[in-house]
Amino acid sequence: MTAKNPTAPRSNPLRALTRFRELGIIIFILILAVVVGLRASDFLTLGNFRDILVDISILVIVALAQTMVILTHGIDLSVGSSIGLVAMMVAFTIKTDPKIPLVVVVLLGMALGAVLGTFNGLIIAVGKVPPIIATLGTLSIYRGMVFLYSQGYWIPPYQLPENFPDLAKGTPLGIPNVIIFAIVVAILVYYFLNYTRTGRDIYAVGSNPDAAQYVGIRKQQIIFLVYVLSGIAAGLAGVLWASRFESSQTNTALGFELQTVAAAIIGGVSIGGGVGTVPGVLLGALALGMINNAVTLVRISPFWEQAAQGLLILIAVVSDTLITRRIQRNKLK
Amino acid sequence: MKESISPSTAVPQPANLISERPPRRSFLGRFQHWEWMLVALVLLAVVVNTRLTPYFLNGQNLSRTSVDFMEMGLMMLPMVFIIITGNIDLSVASNLGMCASLMAVLWNLHINIWVAAGAGLVAGTLGGALNGFLIARVKLPALVATLGTYAFFRGIAYVLLGDQAGRGYPPAFTYLGQGMLPHTLIPFSVFLFAVLAVVFGLVLHRTTFGRYLFAIGNNENACIYAGIPVARIKMTLYVVSGFMSALAGLVLAARFGSTRPDIGTGLELSVITAAVLGGVDILGGTGTMIGAVLSLVLIGLITFGMGLKNIQDQVQTIAIGGLLILSILLASIARTISAGGVRINWRTVGLAAVLILIFAVFFFFFYWSRAPVLKAVFG
Amino acid sequence: MKRNTFYFVMAAIAVLGMFLSACGAAATATQAPAPTSMPATMAPTSMPATMAPTSMPATMAATQPPTAIPTAATMTGRTYVLVPKNLGNPYFDAANSGAQLAAAELGVKVLYQGPTTADATAQITLLDSLIAQKVNGLAISADDADALVPTGKAAIAAGIPVVTWDSNIATGGTQLFVNQADTQGIGDSQVQMALDITGPSGGEIAILSATAQAPNQNAWIAVMKTDLAMSQYSALKLDGIVYGNDDDTTSYNQALSLFKTYPNLKVIVAPTSVGIAAAARAVKDQNLSGKVFVTGLGTPNALRDYVKSGIIPEFALWNVPNLGYLTVYALDAIATGKIKGNPGDTFVAGKLGSYTIASDGTILLGKPFVFNKGNIDTLNF
Repeated sequence: MTAKNPTAPRSNPLRALTRFRELGIIIFILILAVVVGLRASDFLTLGNFRDILVDISILVIVALAQTMVILTHGIDLSVGSSIGLVAMMVAFTIKTDPKIPLVVVVLLGMALGAVLGTFNGLIIAVGKVPPIIATLGTLSIYRGMVFLYSQGYWIPPYQLPENFPDLAKGTPLGIPNVIIFAIVVAILVYYFLNYTRTGRDIYAVGSNPDAAQYVGIRKQQIIFLVYVLSGIAAGLAGVLWASRFESSQTNTALGFELQTVAAAIIGGVSIGGGVGTVPGVLLGALALGMINNAVTLVRISPFWEQAAQGLLILIAVVSDTLITRRIQRNKLK
Repeated sequence: MKESISPSTAVPQPANLISERPPRRSFLGRFQHWEWMLVALVLLAVVVNTRLTPYFLNGQNLSRTSVDFMEMGLMMLPMVFIIITGNIDLSVASNLGMCASLMAVLWNLHINIWVAAGAGLVAGTLGGALNGFLIARVKLPALVATLGTYAFFRGIAYVLLGDQAGRGYPPAFTYLGQGMLPHTLIPFSVFLFAVLAVVFGLVLHRTTFGRYLFAIGNNENACIYAGIPVARIKMTLYVVSGFMSALAGLVLAARFGSTRPDIGTGLELSVITAAVLGGVDILGGTGTMIGAVLSLVLIGLITFGMGLKNIQDQVQTIAIGGLLILSILLASIARTISAGGVRINWRTVGLAAVLILIFAVFFFFFYWSRAPVLKAVFG
Repeated sequence: MKRNTFYFVMAAIAVLGMFLSACGAAATATQAPAPTSMPATMAPTSMPATMAPTSMPATMAATQPPTAIPTAATMTGRTYVLVPKNLGNPYFDAANSGAQLAAAELGVKVLYQGPTTADATAQITLLDSLIAQKVNGLAISADDADALVPTGKAAIAAGIPVVTWDSNIATGGTQLFVNQADTQGIGDSQVQMALDITGPSGGEIAILSATAQAPNQNAWIAVMKTDLAMSQYSALKLDGIVYGNDDDTTSYNQALSLFKTYPNLKVIVAPTSVGIAAAARAVKDQNLSGKVFVTGLGTPNALRDYVKSGIIPEFALWNVPNLGYLTVYALDAIATGKIKGNPGDTFVAGKLGSYTIASDGTILLGKPFVFNKGNIDTLNF
């Protein structure tokens, strides 16, 4: 008679399944890679992969911050407008004074973004306005402020300082800086969410706000914090955007917020809060980048591009949700 | 000692102490808060705008401007239903584009305009059914599902129409968007919206179906247990939303006299804003149709007034966004105050001072950093 | 009852405050971008005689724009509105500088107002508002040829003269079209420049346009397609047409995707000032200089570096401030009744001389002008 220890964790099958919470999106990416790779051999090259990474770096930075917001059962629809506003303010500043060190420029952008995020946080955490409404409002307010600030004027590339584009596109370490920014942010957010008390508190607030409060977690402060963080990320993204595209217009980053939400959702972040991982979001952003890239390489007419993108997003979202649900169900058994 | 209380052994009550009628105060009370505020704001908007510009209270002008908001209004009617149940539909504008594009393609193939329009309506309904399927059957969160169809429908619009345009619609059709009721200044689309608003309003407030919507918004699980066909209701809502989006697409195409695949881009956020400003709680369970209609009128008046003062379109949205936030913020503040107020101690004061300082520095930088550039460009 | 009054009062205060601030915003927001120092001197001394039918103004010194912009009702003189496709584009700003010059000469006010993005719906809303304000004339560069027809008709019916410039509205929506150059000529120049760049052996080209509904770009592309079918341009192969929506980021990304989709691409033809600048920058960023070239229509200041570095061997344009100048004179001629806007009508456009309306209801500024390394420094806008 073999006595099984009833309290020992059922080792291999279940643990493997748990680890593959991102199974849905990984499968999707693999299928996409194979299908497109067969049709366009350029897809699976290192150069192309680097191009995809450059393309999604800014998205990754903002999507990670958006994830933290969504984890608390919130949403931040104002990031696109924040990026536009910070990009415009930074562009004006360095046009006037091209000698400002790049480090200061980056810090300036993050500080400006932090203020915008603070406003969001105040309205939501203190004012108790539902996040979707509050950020819908600030989306309009910040976008309008871009015009108030610039009076409609666009900053063209030849009016920016020589070294500014290098901030995002320079390759002192062999790969474009913007990718390095994204990697650093990803590591920081991963560490923050998984290894610090505040990070775990964010999950708690999203999972069960009442229980979190009973346990003594300062719910209001956590919620305030994530919006400030989202603002800082948007500020950094604004500086990088202006640097990568070497321009700032009144409609810079219009509609970008929906892409960040899509990246998070495809990456397995639950819109109800409390569920989501950094690797998942990275995969989600990668999936979006691959879809964009694939659609170009496969030479579909530009008008089919949008439909293909939409369909792929739909499939990614549906399959990811279904597979995750299946896995969650299996976990409970 | 627990005895079961049955009517015959109930403690005899003094006659007038407990009324047998349900308390009416709460429903009317709610009505008096938000909707009356909207009425006040509408009146204020009219007064202020009349003072600011002589072109505001002009029948012709008001008539012309009102048509600009009717597509938004048509899509807002089912959106109110959807938000009351605690869901959302981000795909309405893309659905609009898809249906208008289908109609344009068929028209360019020399198919009768009304048949093409009918096809557009069918397409919109099918699009709504897709949403309903994903949300009611597959049980995807509404935000997620409609985010996907938002991209997908717009894509289909581009596939159908590409860089072509539908143009040259017959006057009988453009009447939908440009025509007036005979001998009046009332545009046909306004009339259409008014009629449909009454219909939707009656369904919401006077039918069982409408009550179910509020119930689902308040506690969906309880409704399922109570035997309310929640999935079927949700499906109906999204199908209706799809149909109304298609109808709005026809009206918009008629107003322009032409169609491009990007028609109606961005309208979904305006529709949601209008509904929420109208008192429909984004979390579900509350809202009135009259509030939504009032908020549409308010947004229309404010936008029109600002346009007459030559305020840039992007700046106008600051006012609408601000109004949206303020309206909910004020209600929240009022609730906090009446619930006992906020503790004012040194810490709160200190925090408030720090925040005010931060915003002051921000605005100082705002004006200071742009001055040299604007001076160089504009002189 | 107390609660209701409370809400009422708070709401009233809030909205009042918002309106007062909106008024303040209006005062600053309508400091319409009429750039004065942008074309500091317009001394095109080395411009060839083919540029304009008659003599060119020796200097196009821009004037101070009006500082406060009251609404039409309080104006004693006439007020026209110059409506570009969208604000912020230096191309349209340059046209406005010429328009302001004409305004000063004619003693009228020219407001410069446009939508923030190249969106027909926003432009229609703006025009409706201007019609409601009963301005004395509208000069429109249309975002969509068909969608603006009802609005144009409404303006004309309301007694407001409508002329279009740069980008036309379809028949019925405008009384006169001021075209910068002959549409055929512009289209021809694009294809010719592409052939100049590739040499007789030809190569693959792609078109990076503005918005898919832009009337002017679409007209030029139609000419280009016809040209490419002709035997003299048979060496050129059109890979595809992509749309950058006159948005810098979109245009840049579209250029990047062109490099990926068509690895043998030789020339990008971008008949839009935003597109050509973005495509050139994309070539530079991807280190494709010498392998991929860019040409099209653009503004000199934005492209100077690329012309000098060889990424853009040549591109075309016309005298944009003159376009604005001519437009205002044309509008004024109709508004004051000097002409009716019918083919055959003649009027004098200040320093540019006299113009006659052609049989198709257009007047032409002149021929497109080709910029290259030799003359890129002569103009400043």
